[in-house]
Amino acid sequence: MSDAAVEEGPVRSIRTPQHFVYQYSPGQATSRFLRGLEQGRILGQRCPQCGKVYTPPRGACASDGVPTTDEVELPGTGTVTTFCVVNVPFYGQKIEIPYVSATVLLDGADIGLFHLIQEVAADKVHMGMRVEPVWVEPADRTPSLESIKYFRPTGEPDAPFDSYKEHV
Amino acid sequence: MAGDEVLVAPNILEYPYKRTVGPIIGRFLTGLRERRIEGIRATDGRVLCPPVEYDPANGESLTEDAFVPLADTGTVTTWTWVGRPREEHPLDHPFAFALIQLDGADTGMLHAVDAGERSEMRTGMRVRAHWRDEREGAITDICCFKPEQDA
Repeated sequence: MSDAAVEEGPVRSIRTPQHFVYQYSPGQATSRFLRGLEQGRILGQRCPQCGKVYTPPRGACASDGVPTTDEVELPGTGTVTTFCVVNVPFYGQKIEIPYVSATVLLDGADIGLFHLIQEVAADKVHMGMRVEPVWVEPADRTPSLESIKYFRPTGEPDAPFDSYKEHV
Repeated sequence: MAGDEVLVAPNILEYPYKRTVGPIIGRFLTGLRERRIEGIRATDGRVLCPPVEYDPANGESLTEDAFVPLADTGTVTTWTWVGRPREEHPLDHPFAFALIQLDGADTGMLHAVDAGERSEMRTGMRVRAHWRDEREGAITDICCFKPEQDA
């Protein structure tokens, strides 16, 4: 079906693509978070017992097992805690390599958010780097983390290690 | 649209696998492309179809000189009815998955039988391969098997 040379010779391989179609529902809390992104807002939820703020919120505290009912809005700025420089091309890749995926501890949050770091050379990204979100134009935003194009350095001094040591 | 509705979105996973088939299955598939079905003779004399690289009884290597040509007709030895086919299934209307012992073979090959109605299916029924016009060296080069009188 693909190339004639292969068709004429002995069969050496077969294609066995696997295709799984799921319907994913993020649930109530994360749905609110995703709708917030559509409006250019980053929402989290605070645990009434331990006081930790989760973003994206899942509706319950993973430590205490109680519903997280208090909604908080975060400013969006944050600190790179860990990161990975992607140098390997893979099927379905959309971004030119090398690029950086990082865990960003948003100011006011107690759990890291996974996103891209751009507008900086891959080899300049480092732990403690202060970053801010770059949003998609309002008309093009969707209820998705893709409404944040990426994070970029703010130029502020690095955050002290102690401020994020619980997250590495 | 209410702002508090729970979101739902399709989440599609795709793995574009390509796998090598080895010399024995490779030859079997090459045969299918040429509208031939071949089995392989095991060390105990039984003919296995689909062919395998190693004798299932003793692990001996089976080689290309053990290939045996088979007919594209055979007998259903067991079957199950698929009343509501899914997108991935070989036929878009109800059919049976069946083990078909081809004439000249001693084992059954899994394939689809297009019998129209469940009531037309029975163990021991005679079937014939229905070939695709455009073949590429895959088990799907046989669209399905049909009852011998219809094929």
